[in-house]
Amino acid sequence: MVDTALNAPVDPAAKAAVEVERRDIRNRWLLAAPALVIIAFAAVGPLLIMVIYSFLTKGPYGGVIWQFSTDGWYRVLFETDIFDGTVTLADAHLSILWRSTKLSLATTLLALILGFPTAYFITTRPESMRGLWLFLITIPFWTNLLIRTFAIMEVIRNEGILNSFLIGVGLIDRPIQIMFTDFAIMLGMVYVYLPLMVLPLYASMEKLDFRLIEAAYDLYATRFQVLRRIIIPLVMPGIIAGSILVFIPSLGAYVTPRVLGGGKNMMLGNFIELQFGQGRHWPLGAALAITLMAVVMVALLVYVKNASRSTAHHD
Amino acid sequence: MPESRGRSLPDTAQKEKSSKPAAIDVQGVSKVFGSGHETVRALDDVSLAIGENEFFTLLGPSGCGKTTLLRLIAGFEHPSSGQIILYGHDISPLPPYKRPVNTVFQNYALFPHLTVAQNVGFGLQMLGKDPGEIETTVGKMLRLVRMEELKNRRVGQISGGQQQRVALARALAPRPKVLLLDEPLSALDLKLRKEMQIELKRLQHETGITFVFVTHDQEEALTMSDRLAVMSSGRILQIGSPHEIYDRPQNRFVANFIGDTNFLQGQVTKAANGIVEVKLASGAVVSANVAEGLEAKGKVTIVVRPEHASLVPPTGPVTLQGTLEHIVYFGTDTHYHVKLKHGSEFIVREQNDRGSSSKWSTGMNAGILFDENAAQVLSD
Repeated sequence: MVDTALNAPVDPAAKAAVEVERRDIRNRWLLAAPALVIIAFAAVGPLLIMVIYSFLTKGPYGGVIWQFSTDGWYRVLFETDIFDGTVTLADAHLSILWRSTKLSLATTLLALILGFPTAYFITTRPESMRGLWLFLITIPFWTNLLIRTFAIMEVIRNEGILNSFLIGVGLIDRPIQIMFTDFAIMLGMVYVYLPLMVLPLYASMEKLDFRLIEAAYDLYATRFQVLRRIIIPLVMPGIIAGSILVFIPSLGAYVTPRVLGGGKNMMLGNFIELQFGQGRHWPLGAALAITLMAVVMVALLVYVKNASRSTAHHD
Repeated sequence: MPESRGRSLPDTAQKEKSSKPAAIDVQGVSKVFGSGHETVRALDDVSLAIGENEFFTLLGPSGCGKTTLLRLIAGFEHPSSGQIILYGHDISPLPPYKRPVNTVFQNYALFPHLTVAQNVGFGLQMLGKDPGEIETTVGKMLRLVRMEELKNRRVGQISGGQQQRVALARALAPRPKVLLLDEPLSALDLKLRKEMQIELKRLQHETGITFVFVTHDQEEALTMSDRLAVMSSGRILQIGSPHEIYDRPQNRFVANFIGDTNFLQGQVTKAANGIVEVKLASGAVVSANVAEGLEAKGKVTIVVRPEHASLVPPTGPVTLQGTLEHIVYFGTDTHYHVKLKHGSEFIVREQNDRGSSSKWSTGMNAGILFDENAAQVLSD
């Protein structure tokens, strides 16, 4: 484009080309405009409101008072004892953040471990059958999240299907406590977000040239080496995309931890909600929400950077 | 245990045979794909022996089973029946990564996420060689295919011809006992293909590795092979040197598939010492060669290559007579289409020299002359 711009005054054809290009660019912006407007209103706008709220003073019964304050941000990290005024690190917040991150990472990893063979299975089906398998994978998406989560609860609760079955078979004589544990939250999130892992994995596996696998076998690679040296590097874009798609909603999950984790095992999403509800500290809630977003951003950047370094760029 | 993979096979049965065993001995191999009613017999009781250091070609039209045979030797498929013996050892049950055999794939199948050097070193790495040795061998291989300068490029950044060289180097690097080449030149343009043909012969000569080459290009097969097998519908029709295949085709398919051919039909009247006399429909009597082991009697077909016959004045001694119908000029040679007396067409190809163009014109009566060495009786 730079070249044509430089040549423009000399060559009338090039000048016309520049003109056409300009019009193309303008048309493209016009096409994108509706989406851009929605993004501006629905994403950037609320985000700005959150940033502003985080720097205001909390109202006594929720809401905010329009007066500048850093109290919200201060409370993200520190807490002041109401009796003697000593300042301590807000380890409750940090531990919730840490737990959320840990659980989300575990969810992502488990979804990857379960999703990878699933996607491979679908990829290796005859082409006419793949659509059906993909449809089956996405079926959970047709059901309301809350209902699905309650359905899991029905399976894993103390008097639920799983425990009744195990007791009935005689493997255990008292129910295993699964509900209201981190494991229950993770299980629920893996179930809910698994399709988000499988679909991008499938998309990149489908593009995989299976002759490369044959070539690797031919060059003395064992099954495991073929997986590690050929398949995984080549489907890395899918692994990255799937992991991002699972990790982000897991970190901000609200319904699943609320139902399966109970009030005790809070994740960041629930804690933020608490600030806007019973906690009546909107600036803190806003600051926490922004913190969450920052964590996600940093995690993504680090992950994408590492992943793309360890794989290769496809040409 | 990298030792159990790749080149080192246990060294037992081999010594019992006094004569040098064939590099590859394919014994009665059949391959059936599918099940139930929808089966396809890709290979039907195929047997052949490929010698050490041989440049052996499997030639045939697409769907003849040549690639299936190659894949069976490589280990990507397993025979439905029969055995594949590599230097005295039955390798048919082994997976590809336990066979000291490497393949150059039709579309090269280079690893797009690795550099040229990493591609070439992949096999050695999988065999667990130490990095120093890998580097030395990779350097040597890249020199061999003249690709040293591009070793750090990604394979997507090099041209088709260069990819072809990398694929060769990659397959040769682990020093396989046999190199399998699956139509490796088919994606290249004509000029590059000619270059690579010479290159391949040079590589085979320099490495001393047995090459099994699959192609549907008869010219490629004739120019490159020490021996070739012509295949059709899952069977081997004829095995022999390019000379034998071209000059002494044993059946109609081989004669037809390779080169241009004249077919003549007639009745055997006399047979002795591998030579028969055949009386054609026109009444002319032609002497022809019979392949060893073939019993020629009754109605037979004989073939004559266009360039093995010559066009002569009808007044002298002739084998066949006819009228000149078309003259097609090809630069180096001219094709004379002669309509024989009983109706069929016979083509004579004559090399051009400066004076030859004016000698014949269409409509003239012409004689065709060839001896029994130029005529071959077919088995079908």
